[in-house]
Amino acid sequence: MAHVISDLSKYAIAIVMAIYTYECFAVFRYNNEEDRNGIYTRQIICMFLIHFMGFAAICLETSDITYIIFYGFQQIGLFATIALFRTLYREANRLVINNMCMLLATSFVMLTRLSYEKSIKQFKIVIVSLVIGLIIPFFVRKLKFLKQLTWIYGLVGAGALLVVMVLGAVTNGSKISYSLFGYTFQPSEFVKIIYVFFIAGLLTASKDFLQIVIASGAAGIHVIILVISKDLGSALIFFVVYVVMVFIATKNYLYLLLGTGGGAAAAVIAYHLFGHVRNRVIGWQDPFAYVDSLGYQVSQSLFAIGTGGWFGMGIYQGDPTSIPYVEADFIFSAIAEEMGVIFALCLILVCISCFLMFMNISMKIRQEFYRYIAVGLSITYIFQVFLTIGGGTRFIPLTGVTLPLVSYGGSSVLTTIIMFSIIQGLYTIRSKEGGRDEKKEE
Amino acid sequence: MKKKKNSRELDEAEASVRKRKKRRNRETMLITYFFVFLMLAMMGNLAYFVVAESETVINNSYNTRQELLASKNVRGKILAKDGQVLAQTLVDSSGQETRDYPYGDLFAHIVGYSTKGKTGVEALGNIHLLTSNAFIGERIKNEIGSEKNYGDTVVTTLDVELQQTAYNALGIYSGAIVVSEPSTGKILAMVSKPDFDPNQIVSLWDELISDDDSSVLVNRASQGLYPPGSTFKIITALEYYRQNQGNINGYSYRCAGNFVYEGHRINCYHGSSHGNLDLQKSFEKSCNSSFANIGISLDLDQMEKDLNQLLFNTALPTDIVSNKSSYVLTSSDDTYDVMQTAIGQGKTQITPLHLNMLTCAIANGGKLMRPYVIDRVENYNGSVMKQYSATTEAAIMTADEAQFLTGLMAGVVENGTASKLKGLSYTAAGKTGSAEFNGEKADSHAWFTGFAPVENPQIAVTIIMEGAGSGGDYAVPMAKRIFDEYFGK
Repeated sequence: MAHVISDLSKYAIAIVMAIYTYECFAVFRYNNEEDRNGIYTRQIICMFLIHFMGFAAICLETSDITYIIFYGFQQIGLFATIALFRTLYREANRLVINNMCMLLATSFVMLTRLSYEKSIKQFKIVIVSLVIGLIIPFFVRKLKFLKQLTWIYGLVGAGALLVVMVLGAVTNGSKISYSLFGYTFQPSEFVKIIYVFFIAGLLTASKDFLQIVIASGAAGIHVIILVISKDLGSALIFFVVYVVMVFIATKNYLYLLLGTGGGAAAAVIAYHLFGHVRNRVIGWQDPFAYVDSLGYQVSQSLFAIGTGGWFGMGIYQGDPTSIPYVEADFIFSAIAEEMGVIFALCLILVCISCFLMFMNISMKIRQEFYRYIAVGLSITYIFQVFLTIGGGTRFIPLTGVTLPLVSYGGSSVLTTIIMFSIIQGLYTIRSKEGGRDEKKEE
Repeated sequence: MKKKKNSRELDEAEASVRKRKKRRNRETMLITYFFVFLMLAMMGNLAYFVVAESETVINNSYNTRQELLASKNVRGKILAKDGQVLAQTLVDSSGQETRDYPYGDLFAHIVGYSTKGKTGVEALGNIHLLTSNAFIGERIKNEIGSEKNYGDTVVTTLDVELQQTAYNALGIYSGAIVVSEPSTGKILAMVSKPDFDPNQIVSLWDELISDDDSSVLVNRASQGLYPPGSTFKIITALEYYRQNQGNINGYSYRCAGNFVYEGHRINCYHGSSHGNLDLQKSFEKSCNSSFANIGISLDLDQMEKDLNQLLFNTALPTDIVSNKSSYVLTSSDDTYDVMQTAIGQGKTQITPLHLNMLTCAIANGGKLMRPYVIDRVENYNGSVMKQYSATTEAAIMTADEAQFLTGLMAGVVENGTASKLKGLSYTAAGKTGSAEFNGEKADSHAWFTGFAPVENPQIAVTIIMEGAGSGGDYAVPMAKRIFDEYFGK
C-alpha cells in the first residue's frame, strides 16, 4: 500500500510543482508587490503541500515515524523564515523568499531520502544560515563604508584561495577545502561574494582602460589559483562573472568580445595543458564508451534521469545513491530520478525565475556599486546552476559544482543564503531610491 | 474620478522613467536574455534526452536500476507477432522464478536469454520487460498481498511459422537465415546455427563458452562475417552502372572460362565458359571472368566511397547487435586484389543481415528501412503502451538503380543460377553465391539473397550455409521453402 501511495504522490507533487512554477512567472505580470499577494499565498500553499507529500512518502516507505519530528522542525524553519522576513523587512521581495524556501524544501526532502545523517547536519547549517541571512539586509543598508574596502576584498579573497591551495586537504582530487573545528570549509564558496564586491568596487572607482587592466589582472589571479587547485567549476564562474560585470559597467562590446575570445582560448589551452580537463571532456563526449571509468558519473546520472522519466520512479523507488557524490554534485539527477523530469524542469524554471527577479532588481538600482553587486551575484548564481545541471544532464562537461540551496554542503548553502539576503538588502535600498525618484518626477 | 486621473499621470511619469532606464539597462537586458536562453537550451536538451535517447541509454547493463526493477516485477513475456509466447517467466508456489522458452532452440539467438547476461530481444526490450504498467488497481492489490507486479509484454515482429520453416530448411548446416519485410524493415525470422536451448543456458554455459570453434552463442545472422562470394556482384554491377551513368548497353564480354589480365587469372565456377555476354547475361550466369573484367574498369576511389555509403565499414543502423562488414580495397591495391574483390572473393566480408538490408533497399526502390524486431510494448493485460513504427534510414541508391538491379536479379531466376524459383505462383528475384573460404576450391559457402514478388516485394530472404557448396544447388531450394511458406498462407 505504501508503494502505491508514494507512487501516486509523485504525480501530485509534479502537478503542484507545476502550479508553483507557473506562479513564479505570473508574478512578472504585475509591477506592484501589493498586487502579487495572492500569488505569493498560493505559492506558499504549494510549497508546504510538496514538502508534506514528500515527507509522507518518506515516512510510508521507511515505516519510520521519527521522520515526522524532523519534518516538523523543517516546517517551522521554513515558516519562520517566511514570516520573519515579512515582519522585519516589509519591502523585501517575496518571490525571492518563496523561491529560496521552495528550493530548501526540495533539498530537505531529497537529502532526507538520500542520507538522514547528512540531512540533519545540513539542516542545522541551513538554520544558522537563515539566521545570518535575516540580519544581512539590515547591514547592507546601514554599512555605507562597504564601498571603500575594495582592495581589502581582493586581498582577503585571493589570500583565502591561496591558503587553501597551499595548505588545504586534497578532496576529490581538488584542493578546495580546509577543516576547522570538525567542519570542512570550502572558501571558494565565500570568496565568490567577496570577489563580486571587489570587482564592483574597482569598476565603481573608475572604468578607464588602465583600471580594466588592473581589474583583469586581479581577477586573473583568482582564476589561476582556482585552476591550479583544480576547482574548475569555480574558476569558470569567477571568469564569467568578471567578463559580464566589466561589460555591464563599461557598456563596451569590445570588452565582451575580448573576454569571450580570451575565455575560449584559455579553455583550449587548459584542455591541452591539464589531464583532468581532458578527462572531463572525454567523459562528456561519450560517457557510455567509458562507462566504468571517465564516463562513470555522467553515465550513472543519465541512467538515473532516464530511468525516472517524466514522472520519476517515486521517492525511495530509484537508486540515486549509485551516483558518486549524489548529495552534492548530482542532487539534480537524484531529484529527476525519483520526483520526475517534469519536477526537475520546474526546478530549473524556479531558478530562472530567481535570476530574472535578481536582474530585474539590479536594473532598478541607481547606485553603481550596488547595481554591479546585484548583477555579479545574479550571474554567479545562475551560471552555477547552469554548470551543475548542464554537467549532470550531459549538456556540457562536468565541472563538479553544487546546485545552490539544494545540494548538500554547508559552505554552499550558507553562501547562497547570504547572496540572496544581500540582494534582498539591495532591493530594499532600491525601494527607497524608487521613492525618491517619484518625488523628483512630481 | 480624481484618483484615476492621478494614477494616469503617475503612469506617464513612470513610462518616461522606464524609457530612460531602458536605455541605461540595454546591456543588462542582453546579458539576462543570454543566460535565460542558455538555461532554456539546457532544458530543451534534457527533454530531448528523455524523449529520444533515454530508452537506449537506460538499457545499458551498467544501469543498476534494472536489478531494482527485477526485484519488484516479474519479468514480462516476449511474444511472436501472432501472439505465441516466445519467452515467459514461470513462478512456482515458493515464489521461485524460471525463464521459460517454449520453442527451445528455435529462437535461441534472436529472442536470446536473460540469465548469464542478456542477448537478443531479452536485451533490447529489457527495460520494458522489467517495468510494470499494470493497472493501478491491480498494483494496489499486489501491494497489499505483497506480490510482485507483472512486467510489460514485448511483442516482436517474428513469425513462428517462417522461423520454423527457415530453421528446418537450414537443417544440420551451420549458417544463418534472415527474413524481413522490405517496406518496413521488420525482421520476420532470424535463424543462426549451431544453436542451443536457452532453457538450459545455465547448465550449458561452461560448455558453450569454452567451445571456440563453433561459437554457438554468436548470432551468425547479424554478427557472422562471411566472404560475400557472387552475391557481391550485385554491388559490382551497381557500381558499374553508376560509374557509366546508367549506360550499360555497350558492355560485352566473351567468356572462355577464365580471364587473364596482367598475368593474373580468374576462373569461372567449375571452369564453365559462358560465351558471348552482355551485363545482364554476365549477372545471370554469375560469370567470374566477366565481372573481373568489369572490376578492372572501375574507379576504385569512387567505389570505396560508394561502399561506405552502402554501410560497409559502418555500424549497421539497427538496435540488433551486429558486426561491421568490411571492405578494404583501395586504388593502391594490386590488380589481382581488384579482380578478386569484384567477384566477391578477396578480403571483403559481410554479415547476412547487411546483405539482407541491401536486398531490402533494392526491393524498396532504393530506400533503406531500419531493421527492427520489437513491434510494440503492452502491459500484461494487453493494452498498448508503446508502438514502434517503420523508419526510413536513408536512400542508399536511386529508384532507377534499384529498378536496374531488380531487373538483373529477376533475370537470375528466369534464366540463371536461381532457376529453381522459376514458374511458381509468385515471381522472385535474387542472386546466388558460392563463396570460397579457404583457397581449396571444393569448400564454399552457399549464398542466396533475394525477394518476392518482383512487382510488389513483400519479403526478402538472405541465406548462408557454411561449407555446403554452390548457392544455386543448396541455398535456392531453401529460399523456395521460405517463400512457399509465406505465400502459401
